[in-house]
Amino acid sequence: MDIFDFSDGREGYYGEYGGVFLPEILHATIEELLACFRECKADPKFWQDYVALLQNYSGRPTPITHLENLSRKLGGAQIYVKRDDLNHTGSHKINNVMGQGLLCQRLGKRRVIAETGAGQHGFATATMAAKFGFDCKIYMGAVDVARQRPNVFWMENLGAEVIAVEDGQKTLKDAVNECMRDWVTNMADTHYILGTACGPHPFPEMVSWFQSIIGMEAREQILKQAGRLPDRVYACVGGGSNAMGIFQGFFDDDNVELIGCEAGGHGVGSYMHSARLAYDDASVGVAQGYKTYFLQNNEGNMNKTHSVAAGLDYIGINPIFAHLWEQGKVRFEAATDTEVKEALTLTMRTEGLIPALESTHAFVTAIKEAPSMGKDEIILINQSGRGDKDIFTIADALDDSKWKTFIAGKADQYRSENK
Amino acid sequence: MGLQTYIAERKKDKDLLVMAHVVCGYPSFEDNMQELEIMAEAGVDLVELQFPFSEPSADGPLFVRANEASLKSGTTIDQCFEFMYQASQRFPFKILMMGYYNTAFKMGEEVFVKRIKEAGGVGYILPDLPVEEFANLHHLSEQEGIEPILLMTPTSTDRRLAKLGAASRGMVYVVARKGVTGSKTTMGDEVLSLIARCRQHTKLPIGVGFGVSCKADMDFLRGTADLAIVGTAALKTWESSGAEGLKVFFAELMA
Repeated sequence: MDIFDFSDGREGYYGEYGGVFLPEILHATIEELLACFRECKADPKFWQDYVALLQNYSGRPTPITHLENLSRKLGGAQIYVKRDDLNHTGSHKINNVMGQGLLCQRLGKRRVIAETGAGQHGFATATMAAKFGFDCKIYMGAVDVARQRPNVFWMENLGAEVIAVEDGQKTLKDAVNECMRDWVTNMADTHYILGTACGPHPFPEMVSWFQSIIGMEAREQILKQAGRLPDRVYACVGGGSNAMGIFQGFFDDDNVELIGCEAGGHGVGSYMHSARLAYDDASVGVAQGYKTYFLQNNEGNMNKTHSVAAGLDYIGINPIFAHLWEQGKVRFEAATDTEVKEALTLTMRTEGLIPALESTHAFVTAIKEAPSMGKDEIILINQSGRGDKDIFTIADALDDSKWKTFIAGKADQYRSENK
Repeated sequence: MGLQTYIAERKKDKDLLVMAHVVCGYPSFEDNMQELEIMAEAGVDLVELQFPFSEPSADGPLFVRANEASLKSGTTIDQCFEFMYQASQRFPFKILMMGYYNTAFKMGEEVFVKRIKEAGGVGYILPDLPVEEFANLHHLSEQEGIEPILLMTPTSTDRRLAKLGAASRGMVYVVARKGVTGSKTTMGDEVLSLIARCRQHTKLPIGVGFGVSCKADMDFLRGTADLAIVGTAALKTWESSGAEGLKVFFAELMA
């Protein structure tokens, strides 16, 4: 199955979804990007350079870990985890960023901009920009800046300028809008490093292509380690780049079920979630440059979204998944904030792993389903990021009194230093 | 009467027409009506009524906040169309719907065109709907006699301008510079050569917008463009100095 073969349909469309819905001023820039991307994709040397870069700089291939304790405890399927949390900067985001960095060099541009939600993509972009010598500006919703200070700290120390976006809901979608505004002004020397498989064509295809390295590795590794293909593969879905990454490795394996796990936030009917496909609240619309399912009202204005995981807190789903979901190729489930906290504690205690809050959504669904599966069945989860970046959020969620005392003490110390 | 004919008629009496802009429901519909009264009195020829959208990614900071505040105060599409109807009954200038494509997409393209017509509007500007995607909407518009206004930009190649020119109806909106609405544009040779380039690809009247803010800009555009498009500068004036300020603004602009 090649979903990126557009010869029978419209370029950039996956069924009814995708396309390019941008102001006219960006037409030439998108055409230039598309031409450059096509050139890179057709050039085997480009992919070789990309893989070598990730091997030497980011520690790829990332391993697969068999969670024997957790599997035993749940008493069902054998659970394996793809460890993309072990990448440099702590998540799969670096894959896409390094790829687009190489592409940016080909474009001959010297400045990069990026939106970021949890801060992982901004962190990865700032890292890449430092290595490649690009000027770098990161747009981040003011709400996210407030809840993800550690990532902001690193971005700034890596030399990027971080702009707190005060418009709209002050989260990821507003950071995307702000990137668009920068891009329509500075496209001549600036490449927009979109962080997920959303936005106008060719971004969904391009980001998916770079992330496909996860699935390529994972398929080979699970065959070697478990002796056969997994029965089910789970990945969390915000925009959907890590899920596209791992799922692509199994698109041609009809017996492998693919499950996307969205952010259920406060649950069904709460209207405080980011579940576009798992719940019934989203409808088809056009925003942020593409057509897909959005959490919007009946007049086409976007609804408020919520997730404990900033990286999943987003209105739209990537257009490829909208299509694959309708085709029955990918199943979608949601995990609530509460379930995520429980699954995180369980995973830490039984396996010594700290998945990011985003990735923990995939664990929730897998943990729910594993007990009803046979002991010889295999589950593969993509641990797309590591959770230590979430220490403030997790400490709050777990209501950790010693952490609070520590922070209060730190605050006192800074206050007395300022006097 | 189509927009092209209307503009030609109005141009018999003056050499540069003015298109103004309000964001529906910001600060309120009462304020909007007062703004339109002032615009009508000053002799404004065309007005864009912007339907607020939650993701106005082509707009600059002032309009972004206006869109946001309008939605927050509960502005609905029904109210915007009702306002368009009242304004079209009351004022001599022609009215365009301006907004983002999702507004049209969600209500259905056919309904969208019909409602503009029923409300007395003559056309629409949807800056995030590219020419590749508008075949159906334009077909429907043609049937109803509603005109889609396309944008030509400094980054458009000649080949692209030819494509845009062929698809344009009523008038062409020329974006004077890169960027979003509201920042200052240096009116100079670049703008002149852009307009000249656009003229090669359309016989329709040309309006120039993005950064048009004062009489000097008007003088610059006179004899070159057919319309000056004034958006942010007017809203800025309304916010800082209210009705009196806006009267002075348009009086000076159109002197």
